[in-house]
Amino acid sequence: MKKLIVAASCALAMAAGTVQAKDWKEIRLAFDVPYEPFEYRDENGELTGFEVELAEAMCEELKAECEFVIQAWDGMIPGLLARKYDAIFSSMSITEERAERVLFSDPYYITPGGWFARDGFSADVTSKEEMEGKTIGVQRGTTMDTHATEEFGGIATIKRYTTAEDMVLDLEGQRLDVVFVDYPVGEQTILSQEGFKEVGAPVKLGQGVAVAMRKRDKELANKVNAALKKLKNDGTYDAIMEKYFNYDIKI
Amino acid sequence: MPDFIAQWLDQNDIFTAMTIMEYWDGMVNTVQLVFLSLVIGLVFAIPLAILRTSKNPLVSGPVWIYTYLFRGTPLLIQLYIIYYGIAQIPGIQETFWWEIFREPFYPALLAFALNTCAYTTEIIRGAIVSTPHGEIEAAKAYGMNWWMRMRRIVLPSAARRAVQAYSNEVIFMLHSSAIASVVTIVDLTGAARNIYSRFYAPFEAFIFVALLYMALTFVLVFAFRKLENHLLRHQRPVGS
Repeated sequence: MKKLIVAASCALAMAAGTVQAKDWKEIRLAFDVPYEPFEYRDENGELTGFEVELAEAMCEELKAECEFVIQAWDGMIPGLLARKYDAIFSSMSITEERAERVLFSDPYYITPGGWFARDGFSADVTSKEEMEGKTIGVQRGTTMDTHATEEFGGIATIKRYTTAEDMVLDLEGQRLDVVFVDYPVGEQTILSQEGFKEVGAPVKLGQGVAVAMRKRDKELANKVNAALKKLKNDGTYDAIMEKYFNYDIKI
Repeated sequence: MPDFIAQWLDQNDIFTAMTIMEYWDGMVNTVQLVFLSLVIGLVFAIPLAILRTSKNPLVSGPVWIYTYLFRGTPLLIQLYIIYYGIAQIPGIQETFWWEIFREPFYPALLAFALNTCAYTTEIIRGAIVSTPHGEIEAAKAYGMNWWMRMRRIVLPSAARRAVQAYSNEVIFMLHSSAIASVVTIVDLTGAARNIYSRFYAPFEAFIFVALLYMALTFVLVFAFRKLENHLLRHQRPVGS
């Protein structure tokens, strides 16, 4: 009898699963809040931000009812696999390790790396000759580290830091000539102070940030990709982006 | 390079000739930093330990404050204060000191030397105060003055009592030096962290570096055993 109940409930669960997976008229999206300006609560307590607005536009495009679920970052992928929600829309960068467990859509944004230095700095950060002998600070293991090592390894001295704060301190203390860091981090911690400036243009690195879904939900991924593509082309994406950023994060 | 090593290196992604060289450079940095700080620390610790045993509080007090400060705070904090603190001194960048303290090596050496000197001072002080009274009284009975007593009786006998505790301090210093990587020095740990972050292979990168630290520790343990055998040979049973 017990076995029968177990078997029956398993069959029921599977049936429910397939029914739910069929039409995608209801999609549950997970966000880790707050992560300004991507997702946060405004003064009225309403969920808002770049990713929230983009998700709303995407749901409209898909003609789907979207439910927003708040989930802490460290339980993000387990929660997805446990079917607490259907997709992660929370600044998840594409990495090989994550791609083994989840299905990524096409990327929908990428934060560039920015070059920042003290006011006196005059070298061109794209020129190997001018960067010779300079001291560059990067955060260890970031895409900026990889890029700087490929471009200037052996030409300039590259110092690797664990935290951005330590690196900014050494830029202030003149141990570094220039730092190459996540653009938003540099904008907040370096440009907000007197005597520093941005040098050269921001560089887009890495594979970008994408919607993460369960591996089996290929149909949902196709729909999401189509919707994101349309939003990127019809100007909706640009309008939302300009609301939150004064630099380009589109990919 | 022997063929079997070359073959083994070909079979894995991480331990290429390039990363092995990175580990080697890291090892050179670690050994330099630890060796120099231990030598500086020991040279200053001996006179400081003698001052510390003085009965005059104006002499022993400052040394006590120094050892208390450096033993009472974590080495990591000391390193941060010295490395970042120096750069915050207004105008330091225009003086010749900046040539020395711009690079992370000398701030780290300073922090490590001050730290190990504080511990070594206390180790030697402990050994000095535990000198048997009989030895000192006998030396006085021979008419030796303070300086001769110190040189001939107290310090040699203190050295024998201090050497075991000091060998621990040396090994701790080797392991403490791992924090040099937080101020951008590419020591053994720094090399391991760089390689880990490049290949996302924490086990390979850190187990290999742990083995290198163990090899260095083995050399130290072996050297100190030889030294102990030499210093304490009078305590061995006759004929062994």
